[in-house]
Amino acid sequence: MPRIAYAFPDEVLEHVFSFIHSDQDRNAISLVCKSWYEIERWCRRSIFVGNCYAVSPVMVVKRFPKLRSISLKGKPHFADFNLVPEDWGGYACPWIEAMASAYPWLEEIRLKRMVLTDESLELISKSFKNFQVLVLSSCEGFSTDGLAAIAANCRNLRELDLRESEVEDLSGHWLSQFPDSFTSLVSLNISCLGSEVSTCALERLLAGCPNLQSLRLNRAVPLEKLVNLLGRSPNLVELGTGAYTSEMQPDVFSDLSRAFVGCKQLKSLSGFWDAMPYYLPAVYPISSRLTSLNLSYATTESPYLVKLVSECRNLQRLWVMDYIEDSGLEALAVSCKDLRELRVFPSDPFGLEPNVALTERGLVSVSEGCPELQSVLYFCRQMSNAALVTIARNRPNMTRFRLCIIEPRKPDYLTLQPLDAGFGAIVEHCKNLRRLSLSGLLTDRVFEYIGSYGKKLEMLSVAFAGDSDLGLHYVLSGCDNLRKLEVRDCPFGDKALLANAAKLETMRSLWMSSCNVSFGACKLLGQKMPRLNVEVIIDERGPPDSMPESCLVEKLYIYRTVAGPRMDMPGFVWRYTGP
Amino acid sequence: MDVRSRNEEVSPQLLDLIPKAKKEWRMNEEGRTQNNKNTKKDKSCCEERKLELRLGPPGGEDWFLPHNHNTKNSDESVLYLGYFPSQQTEKISTSPWACSSSSKASSFLQFPSCSPQSMPEKKAFSSSSSANPAVSSNISQKRTAPGPVVGWPPIRSFRKNLASNGISKTAHETQQQQNDVADKVAGKKPVVDNVGKGLFVKINMDGVPIGRKVDLNAYDSYEKLSSAVDELFRCLLAAQRDSSAGGIKNKEEDEEKAITGLLDGSGEYTLVYEDNEGDRMLVGDVPWHMFVSTVKRLRVLKSSELSAFTLGNKQHKKAT
Repeated sequence: MPRIAYAFPDEVLEHVFSFIHSDQDRNAISLVCKSWYEIERWCRRSIFVGNCYAVSPVMVVKRFPKLRSISLKGKPHFADFNLVPEDWGGYACPWIEAMASAYPWLEEIRLKRMVLTDESLELISKSFKNFQVLVLSSCEGFSTDGLAAIAANCRNLRELDLRESEVEDLSGHWLSQFPDSFTSLVSLNISCLGSEVSTCALERLLAGCPNLQSLRLNRAVPLEKLVNLLGRSPNLVELGTGAYTSEMQPDVFSDLSRAFVGCKQLKSLSGFWDAMPYYLPAVYPISSRLTSLNLSYATTESPYLVKLVSECRNLQRLWVMDYIEDSGLEALAVSCKDLRELRVFPSDPFGLEPNVALTERGLVSVSEGCPELQSVLYFCRQMSNAALVTIARNRPNMTRFRLCIIEPRKPDYLTLQPLDAGFGAIVEHCKNLRRLSLSGLLTDRVFEYIGSYGKKLEMLSVAFAGDSDLGLHYVLSGCDNLRKLEVRDCPFGDKALLANAAKLETMRSLWMSSCNVSFGACKLLGQKMPRLNVEVIIDERGPPDSMPESCLVEKLYIYRTVAGPRMDMPGFVWRYTGP
Repeated sequence: MDVRSRNEEVSPQLLDLIPKAKKEWRMNEEGRTQNNKNTKKDKSCCEERKLELRLGPPGGEDWFLPHNHNTKNSDESVLYLGYFPSQQTEKISTSPWACSSSSKASSFLQFPSCSPQSMPEKKAFSSSSSANPAVSSNISQKRTAPGPVVGWPPIRSFRKNLASNGISKTAHETQQQQNDVADKVAGKKPVVDNVGKGLFVKINMDGVPIGRKVDLNAYDSYEKLSSAVDELFRCLLAAQRDSSAGGIKNKEEDEEKAITGLLDGSGEYTLVYEDNEGDRMLVGDVPWHMFVSTVKRLRVLKSSELSAFTLGNKQHKKAT
């Protein structure tokens, strides 16, 4: 067999490899033999680094000399919910600097949960002659000045997407930095920006970019201006409106409606801040074209909401607030047979009593009526095992299931039992489940089910659940494909963690906060497992060295790495260093 | 869903064990691992109580997991957390990434003492009170206004204050809404979010390095705010005391001193705030709603450090 491999010159192999795009396949190719590793690394064009600390920029640049596209993720997912302190890390700067010198032909940078400075943005704008795509998802640390540099210098920019980033918004003038000759823009997402952007600059930009397909405006763009903008971008496929509210004027209404109709490719709508019921029907004429609708910023309690949703017969994705209520979801289940993804967000997350009539029934209806439903994120205030079992039986094709019962540790409201059986049914029936988030009252039993049945599970989020270490042990020993585990406020401790230490090297990361892991266990893990970074986020009590070994750590983040301890740990992150 | 008959037995036993388990979960004085008082299956290798870990392949054959129940009907559902008889050879695993189910169970170190647990005796941990001193314990028990549980429910900051606040917004307000995060770079981000249902202000306490945020809309009087502050910081203060005294932290027996007299100067600490003009004021002087509309951040100071300067500002304000 080796003889056959040598019979192909490198160029042929390289050509064959060029048809392989999936990262996993590429990784597999590189493991076949040394020569394939060499050939592959020279022709890899795109990499994805799920944890920026798992490997160093120097190592990446050394191994892959010809990258055109890089994706990096930084902070742990729970940073989204303020569980990770400021200045924890996730700095993009060392990566940008390494790439600036190594990859003059880099085209695409995608960052998630990373800290990026204006200097880095400027470096990007000046280092890469053919830079095309910048996606900054949930990033922070930069201002509109950095964006101005990008606008001014990236002549071939196709995509600028700031989704959900925190940008220091100095002014809207950065948008005017796009030169008059700029024509390449295909996608622009500025929905996270606070201040007004110059509508003139926007109009000029749109006029110059005939290939614009995706435009997501920010809340500061008034509804009246939207009409003009739509007129200049007739090829839009995705639109994010600004504030969807105005004085009730029939002119504006009909202009808006006409503008929507004029965008014949329009399939996806989002934005809808402060949505006024009066203007929702402006969407009706195009509702049957819509495949994606994000109404999750629309704080509208209105029957128009339900009507709109019911009119969108071809809807595949719906994000909405719980104002839709069970009745709206029932209507959705009747009308939208192609629905694949549903997210329902809470309108009053901190209130103790329900403010809307949204219960488990809505989700059950959708699971019954929508055969393609695969991905669910659902916030509600009550759940039952019976409902979960029904959902599981209805939808064995579920791949992502995230349920958040707002009150921690709430039992089945009918039987007052833990929800173990319900979630157990989910993992048992949904054999391709890749992502699961748990809530409600749960004992170790649910983890036993997850360990037994969750063989394809890649990401698990757990909060206020379980009785003992057994819970953690079941998951770590049973879920063969587990990559990310994040746990908070569960009684999981040293035993399960240490007993499954080897498992941790097969995962991307483990987050545990407010659990029962001791400093002693962290030290031991750090000592014995050089390929893990065991990082303790220190709280008020002081660094772990000063504490008795039996003291519990408040926050723990463990991830596999080939880069050794990270150099940029802030003072409040501790890592075992000594002998 | 198959429900093992064993479970019916286990659940009530589990509940019975809670008070017992709580006591057993105490850390012993040598600061070693938490004891697992397991009398049923005690293999008496408990002489060695050091923390050790096991580097065997995950899910390897040495694990007897209770979920193999459908093949076994033993009523001793035994969980081996890495207990090995002493004659096993010790080999170090050489392929770190391999998730192999190789039959060479490479065990590095023996797992401790804590010999196989049997199901009925597993600890039912009462998680509400012990896991995290910093999380308000209100959440699990009462239905009165809860203290803020950080990061729960798990929604992004920009979704928290979406409740409509009127049609016209200034850019500044909009920015506040969109940039609502608990801890931000000082001086660059707003510390007050004044929209919708939540009014989160930062609160720092002397001697506690990491600040918190409180939602003033959750309270309607100074008394409630004061007791919330007490709850929020009481555990943290106790933790600080413990650490400075070098004592063993023992949550269950900790006597946390209540923080009282925040409003009248009688206690060890006093609550002050910064208003929208940057002045530092004592909390409690103006009507509640006026306080809520001008407060920008809160501080809990040691009463002994309240200087004349601080109070001077207040008096000056009163005069004008």
